[in-house]
Amino acid sequence: MSSGLYSTEKQDFDKNLDLKKVKPYGDTMNDGKVQISFTLPVSCNDEAIEAAKILMRKMGLDNPQIVYYYQLTDGFTFFNGYGSCRHEVDFTGIHVPKVESAVWDMHEVDDFIKTHIGRKLRVIGASTGTDAHTVGIDAIMNMKGYAGHYGLERYEMFEAMNMGSQVLNEDFIAKAIEWNADALLVSQTVTQKDVHIQNLTELVEMLEAEGLRQKVLLICGGPRISHELAKELGYDAGFTMNSYANHVASYIAQEMHNKMNDYSGM
Amino acid sequence: MESKLGLDFDKVASARAISAKIAKDVQTFVEGYTTIAVERTLCRLSGIDGVDKNDVPLPNVVTDFLKEHGVLDQGALYYLGNAMIVTGKSPLEIAEQLAKGEIDLTRLAFHPDEEIHSVVQPYLVNAIQKIQANRKRREHYISTMGEGSKPYIYVIVATGNIYEDVVQAQAAARQGADIIAVIRTTGQSLLDYVPYGATTEGFGGTYATQENFRIMRTALNEVGEEVGRYIRLCNYCSGLCMPEIAVMGALEGLDVMLNDALYGILFRDINMQRTLVDQYFSRVINGFAGVIINTGEDNYLTTADAFEEAHTVLASQLINEQLALIAGIPEEQMGLGHAFEMDPSLKNGFLLELSQAQMAREIFPNAPLKYMPPTKFMTGNIFKGQIQNALFNEIAIWTGQGIQLLGMITEAVHTPFMADRYLAIENAKYIFNNMQDIGNEVEFKKDGLIQKRAQQVLDYAMILLGDIETEGLFNALEKGIFANVKRSKTGGKGLSGVMKKGTHYFNPFISMMINKNEL
Repeated sequence: MSSGLYSTEKQDFDKNLDLKKVKPYGDTMNDGKVQISFTLPVSCNDEAIEAAKILMRKMGLDNPQIVYYYQLTDGFTFFNGYGSCRHEVDFTGIHVPKVESAVWDMHEVDDFIKTHIGRKLRVIGASTGTDAHTVGIDAIMNMKGYAGHYGLERYEMFEAMNMGSQVLNEDFIAKAIEWNADALLVSQTVTQKDVHIQNLTELVEMLEAEGLRQKVLLICGGPRISHELAKELGYDAGFTMNSYANHVASYIAQEMHNKMNDYSGM
Repeated sequence: MESKLGLDFDKVASARAISAKIAKDVQTFVEGYTTIAVERTLCRLSGIDGVDKNDVPLPNVVTDFLKEHGVLDQGALYYLGNAMIVTGKSPLEIAEQLAKGEIDLTRLAFHPDEEIHSVVQPYLVNAIQKIQANRKRREHYISTMGEGSKPYIYVIVATGNIYEDVVQAQAAARQGADIIAVIRTTGQSLLDYVPYGATTEGFGGTYATQENFRIMRTALNEVGEEVGRYIRLCNYCSGLCMPEIAVMGALEGLDVMLNDALYGILFRDINMQRTLVDQYFSRVINGFAGVIINTGEDNYLTTADAFEEAHTVLASQLINEQLALIAGIPEEQMGLGHAFEMDPSLKNGFLLELSQAQMAREIFPNAPLKYMPPTKFMTGNIFKGQIQNALFNEIAIWTGQGIQLLGMITEAVHTPFMADRYLAIENAKYIFNNMQDIGNEVEFKKDGLIQKRAQQVLDYAMILLGDIETEGLFNALEKGIFANVKRSKTGGKGLSGVMKKGTHYFNPFISMMINKNEL
């Protein structure tokens, strides 16, 4: 398993970074090194190891090495491997849509709302549909927040209501109307077979049917959500992993301010 | 017992005494009521199973009919027993007739209660004997073939397809798992019925059905014989069908069941009256079937802070212990829950976790404590995750936990792959072996951080229990005492299925099971 530990393999590739041809980096520019682990549904033998290497080559990994293998049970073998990726990416041609607003801390957000909006903003949140996980919505909304970022409940200029998990879209909308919410936050943590997409789409359709869609800021979040996906589904914004309450709060404050100016100009 | 933490066991005893009063207060309420889920359970115990032409389970056909006619408060057994006398048919045959609209249970001539009690008796005895046979089967397996040593290694399978689950479960058993839990499909806890038959579709888990239980039990018996170790099967009573799933587990030889009304109240917004009544009967059944219950205190810490709210876990464990005792569950079947959920950036977090785990061990010396892995602070960095799980495993072997629910490196990413489970089991076995006797070898510094932390948590728990005793559990839950979640006594799901027991009401299983009648 130590073949390649002290590799004398000739490295005859260009070692300068070219953003038009970006490759994975191990310890030398453009070496393309990738680590990978996977299971094949075959018992462990020489043929299985060869199959793993062939698969890695098909994935675009040159010089595939299997550094560890283990038969998980009859008919299944686990592999750890390394290889050099032959593919490259033109980094200069990439455009990812993202939330464009500035990111502030809690006090900056509160100050901005006080100065520019002049009233508390009402935010209602829920993990909707069958999703029983509240970890996402709790991280954004609850007083305590997450990883040192206080949740919206802690903000002076937000009134936040967290409806918890497994909230039906109709109940969510009814509460938003009753409570006169400015912004709706929908969390989708665990999903299978893309049930989160159906659920998120249904909410947009129901809001449109009620004539409410343009009256509120509609925001979704979760590990499988991107801003791009959110826009595609008809949301104003989407937040994914490593987003905290202050990201969401900054966005809501600025967007509400923009909305007010749009209306006053009409 | 000498406390390694310098705990004052007089305080522990008085915390228990307060908890006993809280539990007794709840029990006084529980005994006056039945629920639609309890009645469906009695239908199942009288031998009713199967579905009608619209796939409605026959136990639901019976209880829904009685509820629509406003007489479910008299109990399903009363109407079934009366119909048995009139028609000479079995409960199952009567349910089938009812499904076809061929009989109206409320328009038959009514017989005296004593006659009704004696006509159903043979069916009840039959159910009791089946459950006893399963219990004996387990005891026989364990005495002849043996079992894993504690902490039992507990892993989940969650493919959505029971046949794929079997492949995953057998692989895990061969790798060293002692308990296999089949995670339920998302949302099953909110169904007011139990689906029927083998299922191959689910979201984030597999439906709990009696047939799925049977398929997995058979598969684990098979792999258990192969590896020479009894492999326990776990499923979930929590939700709107607590006693019903408990009885299906009892009939199919399940060994471990999640059973916690507080969990349902707080995290599934199930009505507290409904689920506390349901919980009592489900625990009576679990206790009689020799099933280890698992309580859900660990979940408090996924929502509230694990450092600040540690005392709520202890308070809840103490209340759960008393509620379990009332239902006839011995300490050896109480898998009280707690968790390794402190923020990894916390200074000396490991020592604080160690202190709390040792505290749970000393306060509940005979309980197979269920220790839950880090989930809240698992980040997708699988490499760090393996270390977090290693620290968790070290504490488990150090403090003698009973049931170790292994952490997965891909927590928060996806339901476990076969290889994730292997890596988790390898991690646990390495540490359990390599650090086996550390608990016997290492003592804690007097009045050091570890000792003081445990003493402080016990003190806080005492204060909290005092408050709960004053308020009563129902009011305390309304005030958001656990996990910072507030629930109203008349809110949540399932309240319409709660009824005050009527004058003809009878449920003979409670006394048969609690008294462990040998039949």
